[in-house]
Amino acid sequence: MTSADYLPILILILIAAPFAGIAILLPSVLGPKNPNRMKQEAIESGMIPFADARRRFPVQYYMVAVLFIIFDIEVIFLFPWAVSLNQLKIFGLIEMGVFLGILLIGYLYVWKKGAFEWE
Amino acid sequence: MSLPTLDFSLILPELVVLITALLVLIADLLWPRAASRGREQAPAVLALAGLILAGLLTLLAGEWSGATLQGMLVADALARYLNLVVLLAAALGLLLSWSYLPHFSTQRSEYYALYLLAVAGMLFLGKSIELITLFVSLEILSIALYVLTGFHRGQLAGGEAALKYFLLGAFSSGFLLYGAALFYAATGATRLADIAAQNAGGFYMLAGLALFLVGLGFKLAVAPFHMWAPDAYQGAPTPVTAFMSVGTKAAALVALFRVVQAAGSVPVGVWATALAFLSLLTMTLGNLAALRQSSLKRMLAYSSIAHAGYLLVGVVAGTAAGFDAVLFYLFAYAFMNIGAFAIASLLERPGFYAVQDAGIHAADGLFGRRPWLAVAMAMFMLSLAGIPPLAGFFGKLYLFAAAVESGWAWLAVAGVLNSVISAYYYLRVVVGMFMAEPSASAHLRLPLPASATLAVALTALGTLLFGLLATPWFQGISR
Amino acid sequence: MPLLFAALALIALVGAAGVLLSRNPVYSALSLLLNFVAFAVMYVMLSAQFLGVVQIIVYAGAIVVLFLFVVMLIGGNLPALGRGRRAYVRAAGVILAALFLLALLFGLARPLPNGLAAVGAPDGGSVQALGLALYVDHIVPFELASILLLTAMLGGIVLARRYQAPPKD
Repeated sequence: MTSADYLPILILILIAAPFAGIAILLPSVLGPKNPNRMKQEAIESGMIPFADARRRFPVQYYMVAVLFIIFDIEVIFLFPWAVSLNQLKIFGLIEMGVFLGILLIGYLYVWKKGAFEWE
Repeated sequence: MSLPTLDFSLILPELVVLITALLVLIADLLWPRAASRGREQAPAVLALAGLILAGLLTLLAGEWSGATLQGMLVADALARYLNLVVLLAAALGLLLSWSYLPHFSTQRSEYYALYLLAVAGMLFLGKSIELITLFVSLEILSIALYVLTGFHRGQLAGGEAALKYFLLGAFSSGFLLYGAALFYAATGATRLADIAAQNAGGFYMLAGLALFLVGLGFKLAVAPFHMWAPDAYQGAPTPVTAFMSVGTKAAALVALFRVVQAAGSVPVGVWATALAFLSLLTMTLGNLAALRQSSLKRMLAYSSIAHAGYLLVGVVAGTAAGFDAVLFYLFAYAFMNIGAFAIASLLERPGFYAVQDAGIHAADGLFGRRPWLAVAMAMFMLSLAGIPPLAGFFGKLYLFAAAVESGWAWLAVAGVLNSVISAYYYLRVVVGMFMAEPSASAHLRLPLPASATLAVALTALGTLLFGLLATPWFQGISR
Repeated sequence: MPLLFAALALIALVGAAGVLLSRNPVYSALSLLLNFVAFAVMYVMLSAQFLGVVQIIVYAGAIVVLFLFVVMLIGGNLPALGRGRRAYVRAAGVILAALFLLALLFGLARPLPNGLAAVGAPDGGSVQALGLALYVDHIVPFELASILLLTAMLGGIVLARRYQAPPKD
């Protein structure tokens, strides 16, 4: 696969990007504007806003993000493995089994410790 | 295409440590309420059993002939001695953790699992002869140690220590990785043997080696890359400090030794001179700073920095005798340093939310309260200062002799002068223990948990025996 | 090709400048995203396809998300974070960046070292070639990587969980 095979993707981007850009810009040029105070308030599901939206998030979001990265990297290892598995045969199956098995223990641990539960 | 055959018997001790770590986690998942049924020390027992088994496998494996696992990991004599040093330090640190950990944490399985993972990382680092393997092993031990440093979550100093250690450690890993990339750029190889065989010279190898020195220098706490060490060593739980101050140094030194050997095309004079100045700076800074500390643990942290400087002398010498001296000194250092930290941990008052550090006068009058403890501490201090006939004296003797033999006499003289400076603060502790009255804040009865007592007894015995039987031991290493 | 490269380089530079110049850290993170994507395309152009995919999935996907999470964890008045930085911190940044630029120019001015010259094989960066290099030749660091990920997972959970002091006896 050479980089010339990526040409369709480039063409797609060249068409899609202006399309999206125009779709965003056009209403702000053409649309009627009639602002008032109520309209400019931040909407909190019909509630009257009571605090700055930029407040501190609970640390659980961070745990989710860290676990996301770890499993993301784990998945990345699967791509080249899947492509070359027909040459690696049973050897490849075993080595990926060990890799995933070790991470499975970590996954079970994280699960049991309730990192996926919202307190 | 041919698939490789892997001889796992070469890394049996490492596998045992790894599997034990996994077993500790699995046991925690299967029996989550074991702690409430009086089995709270089960993870510690399991971990200790794993470490002892790994040690026995290392000892009984016969000669390690230098066979390699795909040119990634090597089982040679160097790796074997490193295994013994790290496992010894880990077992002693674990004995200290036994009674220390319950004071501040309920997460014992996590603690021991991370502890074993750090040990595994060190063992793999000592066997690494390939750049990627070396980096991954180093990261395993580093990440496990960052977390262990901040394990006392109720204490602000622990978090600060872990954060500093993590930020500077991650930064230094970047240097090391950059160095590895430059090695690859110069030679197109990642195996150290291939890099050495290419004999590529020039700018890329030189810059790569310099970046490696910075990266490993951070892990070794070599000045001027030592800034994290006093805070991390002081803020970490004392058993962790004891273990990592020995284990990380040992593993990183072996890695450093292997890397400078591989970069054979860089003139020896260049890196040896650079290392010699780092060594001089490290011991001088460490000893001068240790003079001024008011906390026993922080004083020992600076003393540990100074000792990194002494250890580098053996690498500077660049000869086989030089690195044999390093290995001998690492054994001696494991005993005397962990012993000193063991007594520091006994003098602390682990509280509910924070551990109160043992001040520099905490040991005052110890002879009147616990005579044997005072005698053991005196031995550790004298040995660290390098006073015969203890292990530390012979360690320094071999190191400095190797330096003189390979033409680094001025460095040996600097080392001796530094030992004289260090004697001041080590002896101050000894004098306090035997002459001074206990400070008012010292509790009347010093609790002595059995496991920590065992650790102190073993380290004291080791400090003495390695001194008295230094010559046969050293000959055993250099054979 | 040179035209495409120039366009990508421009996008990457705009992204990098955006990271530095945005007052709001959220915008900085989004500019970083732009920079990452431009680089991913460049990797593909250099026939390092797998690296391009990793750049998108891990860097643009996960790392930027983590940055955004951290920004939100810190919370508070975000635009104020960038202000009040001391002058010497800025100076140090400029000096380090200048040194890095010098090192890069120095490297470019010299002939390609042996190791890099050998890497330029046309299909060396394909996913399959990488798979065989990783799973046959570098199996040891590959398996060690799972241990590293396990350590990171364990460490993250230990540090992020609520601290429970042991019961006092």
